[in-house]
Amino acid sequence: MSFNIWYTLITIAVVIAVLLGGGLYLVLLERKVSAWVQDRLGPNRVGMYGLIQPIADAFKLLFKEDVIPGRVDKVLFLAAPAIAVTTAMLAFAVVPFGRTTVPPDETYQFVIAPRVDIGIVFVFAVTSLTVYAILLSGWSSNNKFSFIGGLRSSAQLVSYEIPMGMSILGVVLMTGSLNLERIIENQAESWWNIFFQPLAFLIFMVSAFAECNRLPFDLPEAEQELVGGYHTEYSGLKFVFFYLGEYTHLVTTSFLFVILFFGGWHFPLIAPAGPGGAIVKLIVMSLKVSIFILFYLLIRWTIPRFRFDQLMGLAWKVLIPLALANLVCVMVVKQIGWTPWLLLPISIALLFASAGLTVAPRPSPRTAAHGL
Amino acid sequence: MLMSIAETDIRWLEEPKIGLVEQLYLPAIFAGLQTTVRHMFSPKVTIQYPEEHLPLPPNYRGVHRLNRDEQGRVKCVACYMCATACPAHCIDIVAAASPWPDREKYPETFVIDELRCIYCGMCEEACPVDAIELTSLSDLTGLTREEMMFDKEKLLSVFDQTVAAGTDPVRTSTGKLGTASELPR
Repeated sequence: MSFNIWYTLITIAVVIAVLLGGGLYLVLLERKVSAWVQDRLGPNRVGMYGLIQPIADAFKLLFKEDVIPGRVDKVLFLAAPAIAVTTAMLAFAVVPFGRTTVPPDETYQFVIAPRVDIGIVFVFAVTSLTVYAILLSGWSSNNKFSFIGGLRSSAQLVSYEIPMGMSILGVVLMTGSLNLERIIENQAESWWNIFFQPLAFLIFMVSAFAECNRLPFDLPEAEQELVGGYHTEYSGLKFVFFYLGEYTHLVTTSFLFVILFFGGWHFPLIAPAGPGGAIVKLIVMSLKVSIFILFYLLIRWTIPRFRFDQLMGLAWKVLIPLALANLVCVMVVKQIGWTPWLLLPISIALLFASAGLTVAPRPSPRTAAHGL
Repeated sequence: MLMSIAETDIRWLEEPKIGLVEQLYLPAIFAGLQTTVRHMFSPKVTIQYPEEHLPLPPNYRGVHRLNRDEQGRVKCVACYMCATACPAHCIDIVAAASPWPDREKYPETFVIDELRCIYCGMCEEACPVDAIELTSLSDLTGLTREEMMFDKEKLLSVFDQTVAAGTDPVRTSTGKLGTASELPR
């Protein structure tokens, strides 16, 4: 299997540049979208429409005084943001962001590490390492609030890993492969996976929101609750790393949404399956990912924050059973050989059934008090 | 001793029943998203200072000015009412014999320390001849503290500026001295 070092190096350089620059501009986009939702204009003084604002922000953060508090565990304190940003970027190594082709073809592949057959498992494994970054930063900050934030965040991340992985199993079963490129090609040949498994998409989306520590699951870093949570003691470049890590996770999970459920670079007439039209497919993929990023930003200002026990209850008592049930349905359908379209009404029925099970008849306060 | 509560003193409240569709929480999220997106596309309330200014009410209390009468002379008769009324003691007047026949005194120097002033408007209320007024200018800047002690010429120049700009019409009967001047000599 020939391996073109120059293609890979150029792709790595471009991807890192785009992720870092995109992360910076995502901060600006977040500020602008937050402002628009709140009936105000965002930053618009620095450049036209504030477009030079991220550069000004980067400048400021680079030249900011780097404060390391006295009694921190120096090694862990310095290692934590490095781990955060490294794992976030590493997860992007197997995510295709454009057209990819099958082995005998030697054209440029729009992915850093082509034809990795464990694609999805690699991504999940690497993003799980982010727990280290948060735990280490919370612990080494030697600070009550950071510690609580770190603990909460690590519990949240570990809990939501499980439904994230389990919801994907349905998609993987349907496709027959863990390879992300194969999953896109499979969807390009038949219909997008969202039509077959909307419930899996819902579970995956909720878990991904929790994995990125985004509202409504951002209790670990909520300003009103914990000062800054695990990144309270960080300033300057180290803080930028945490921020960049978070936004890179956002971008990576948006890519995963698009790849796993919305057909990747495929669009019915404009970008059909087949080797042609690399640029069009790149654009289609980018547009889809942008829609999901926008969705992330909008949801932040729509839903109130979950309390920690509600958060854990949601993961363990709702999402995992639902993901299991979904998996069982997919297995049954695939084994018996029914049409996959049957999964659409089954998914919706599962969703309503789970909602119905939780609407338990509540004893009225009057009867409850008399019963005491 | 445990006092038992009478049945009529208790009001039982029931939690509103949540239906099947609401239990999904998805319709509520969707409605929330509608609100969010609607706000995204509605007109923004930001006022882009300094290109746009907030419309100020007519009684806005900004920096002071000394009014001129119809003949261009300073209206102030150095009666010290504003200096006495000022809670921050920021007005300093030195009176002198007026060069004009229709009044006894006029201020030789009239200094207001704009940094001590609390912009309460008591001087404007106290003045019997409507000589001192508070304009709508509030974006003062200065490089030194001495610069911000406005003397008579500066205050009169504020008058010329604001009347020329048309933003602060003179709120008194133009030209004539106020009612205190009608008293018999």
